Amino acid sequence: MTVRVQTEDFDVGAEIARLRADDKSVGAIAAFIGTVRDINDNATVSGLTLEHYPGMTEAALEAIVDEAKRRFDIRDALVVHRVGDLGPGDQIVLVVVTSAHRGMAFDACAFAMDILKTRAPFWKKERLPDGERWVEARASDDEAAQRW
Amino acid sequence: MLWGYLMRDTISTLLRVRLVYLARLREAFASAGETLELSGDDAPTVETVVDALRRRGDPWACELAPGRAVRFAVNHRLARASQAVSDGDEVAIFPPVTGG
Repeated sequence: MTVRVQTEDFDVGAEIARLRADDKSVGAIAAFIGTVRDINDNATVSGLTLEHYPGMTEAALEAIVDEAKRRFDIRDALVVHRVGDLGPGDQIVLVVVTSAHRGMAFDACAFAMDILKTRAPFWKKERLPDGERWVEARASDDEAAQRW
Repeated sequence: MLWGYLMRDTISTLLRVRLVYLARLREAFASAGETLELSGDDAPTVETVVDALRRRGDPWACELAPGRAVRFAVNHRLARASQAVSDGDEVAIFPPVTGG
């Protein structure tokens, strides 16, 4: 499966092994894992809840992977993104790209994450000591997406 | 014949869309979604739908005021306010995304 949205945690090693299968043309594998931090915007974060838009989120992630495959000479790509309640240190998102050479693998992985941050329908709500707060989109994420 | 013309003048375009509210906007509107019926506009767009919501007053007028950071999707695809909408479409309204 090219993309998955799930509440369960993922095993990075197992996902990489499954993606590359026994494709001996693969010479490079690039992976990015996003995790929950315990500090954001000067506040201690005890956890966060990730919301998505069932139907559109999966379609948006598929479109991002399709665009990565069109723009970069890669063999395959995978995105796994968790939703639901997560705690500090928990894994949130995994992007894996396989290709013949490292340049395309690195670039496609960075591209997929930069586009995901600005186009994939997910929203984070942080749990703080004195309540909850919706995370606001960052201008730096828009800038990162525009560089592609 | 005359009766037919009279019927055409009194029946304006009826548009029924399924609205979906997400994240902070779902909380602000105290609703995950609703079905909205509109009539009168010959070329309805997302903006037509938003205008109808604004006319209700707050919280819609405030949250959907021009210049507020709001995003739209029509049938699961990101859309501008100028995007046309058809009867039966699903229109989602949400804040800028923060995944990853």
